[in-house]
Amino acid sequence: MAADKTLGESLREHGVSRRGFLKFCAATASMMALPPSMVPAIAAALEKAKRPSVIWLSFQECTGCTESLTRSHSPTVEDLIFDHISLDYHHTLQAAAGDAAEHAREQAMKENFGEYLVVVDGSLPGPGSNPGYSTIAGRSNLQILEETLEGAAAVVAVGTCAAFGGLPKADPNPTGAVAVQDIVKDKPLINVSGCPPVPMVITGVLTHYLTFGQLPELDQYRRPLAFFGQSIHDRCYRRPFYDKGLFAETFDDEGAQKGWCLYRLGCKGPMAYNACATMRWNAGTSWPIEAGHPCIGCSEPDFWDAGGFYNALSVPTGNTTGALLGAGLTGAILGGAATALAKKKSKTEETKREPVKIDELEQKL
Amino acid sequence: MSNPMEFLLWTKGPMFDWALAIFAVGLLARIVEIFMLGRKHNYAAPKGGEWGPGFRTMITRTVADTGTFARAPFDVVLGIVWHVGFLIVLLLFIPHIELINSVLGLGWPGLPNPVVDAISAVTVVALIAVLVHRITHPVKKHISTVEDYLMWIVTFLPLVTGYLAYHRLINPYPLALGLHIFSVEIFLIVLPFTKLTHIFTAFIARWYNGATFGRKGVES
Repeated sequence: MAADKTLGESLREHGVSRRGFLKFCAATASMMALPPSMVPAIAAALEKAKRPSVIWLSFQECTGCTESLTRSHSPTVEDLIFDHISLDYHHTLQAAAGDAAEHAREQAMKENFGEYLVVVDGSLPGPGSNPGYSTIAGRSNLQILEETLEGAAAVVAVGTCAAFGGLPKADPNPTGAVAVQDIVKDKPLINVSGCPPVPMVITGVLTHYLTFGQLPELDQYRRPLAFFGQSIHDRCYRRPFYDKGLFAETFDDEGAQKGWCLYRLGCKGPMAYNACATMRWNAGTSWPIEAGHPCIGCSEPDFWDAGGFYNALSVPTGNTTGALLGAGLTGAILGGAATALAKKKSKTEETKREPVKIDELEQKL
Repeated sequence: MSNPMEFLLWTKGPMFDWALAIFAVGLLARIVEIFMLGRKHNYAAPKGGEWGPGFRTMITRTVADTGTFARAPFDVVLGIVWHVGFLIVLLLFIPHIELINSVLGLGWPGLPNPVVDAISAVTVVALIAVLVHRITHPVKKHISTVEDYLMWIVTFLPLVTGYLAYHRLINPYPLALGLHIFSVEIFLIVLPFTKLTHIFTAFIARWYNGATFGRKGVES
């Protein structure tokens, strides 16, 4: 898959009209919080952009991210851009298999050295752990990643597993899984977290990269601020119910039927930063909270270990009741023992007491 | 703890259990000791009852008499404002009720969040005012100990961090919430070993005073 055609040519070949293309550019500009004056610049840059070579590495993952990014039910400009970037290596999508597949990666790396994008989904067993937990063609994930990184222009960690370790890293982390950012130290890296991430976010990031030749502004988790700058809670259409104190308490009560806030049913929206509330899913049809389910905070580090999905955010994660009862009992025993000791001491002192008689006092005087 | 989420999970998990355990051990040990030590057996027939006067004194000592109010209106009003505000914020904010329910299995209706928000703002301001008064009033300043100032800090931090977390004034939110929970854990840990124990012993002491006066008998 050589990257000869420009993106504009490729899109036209697939029947994307000029109007549709400009609409996409305008939507991208607004989505990335860029001024409208940038739309022609985006269009011009995309029009001329050579399709970048992309090497997609799948490590300890479930392919959910790929499903999310490729299985929208109508071909949109977004997924055409995604499909027609020069995806030179991708386990799920490439036709080649076995030795030929690995050669495709090596060839893409050679031909586009210093220019290709590396997209990673899935975590990988870290440097100190058993590499045998995840191998491709008999080589460890770590070896493949380090080798592929050498000529990479930038790295995109797609999904929470790649960005933060995700499910494989969840307690007790049997495979010693680490996130891509634990390995990548000297290349531009962007995390697109979510389990899976919103498809528009990855195309937005790619568009930004094609237009400006650099990664967008990132938050402290290296996620694009344009999509991860605000919490689900702050953009949730059910927020007024939270503010009024109107909560669904079960999934079938009056509150649930009336669409009240899902905080008490375990919504992690206040701590989750993602674009679901604004961009929604399935071509803007709906999103989890609109479907009546609390947000599980899947775009955040360690969300699998952040307590039960159906426990309110303020509920502690441990066996607190047990700790409280045990400690209370211990305290009561300690208090009882202290009392017994004090009483015993008091009695002992009483037996030792030597009353002073008047005669003795008079003698002393 | 390399990131805010790990910090939040630590405060919600092991640290919370430790704080609650230290709180429960300390508090129960002290309360049980207080009750078990008791008084020596009473051999004289009392003239009055204990329970009525006991409960009456719990109320009368809570409401300042006119003389006290005339002498120190600032202390009385601000003292009541911030104590009541603190209790409302603690006990009637929905996320707090969820927490208590998960630990003790007890739940009750809460107040709308904007109401709790306004009350917490008033409480924060009242607490700052009492600190300024403590520092500027010559007598108060003279009798204040290091513990008094430490207790003010320990009480103030949960309120102010809670306010900052609710308004999302610290980013990211897991850090804000983690700091709030951590400040509460410090409060819980020091509670049984400082004058904060009065939360549990003040009313017992008031009842005890009233009961002693009420029974009009002889006790050693």
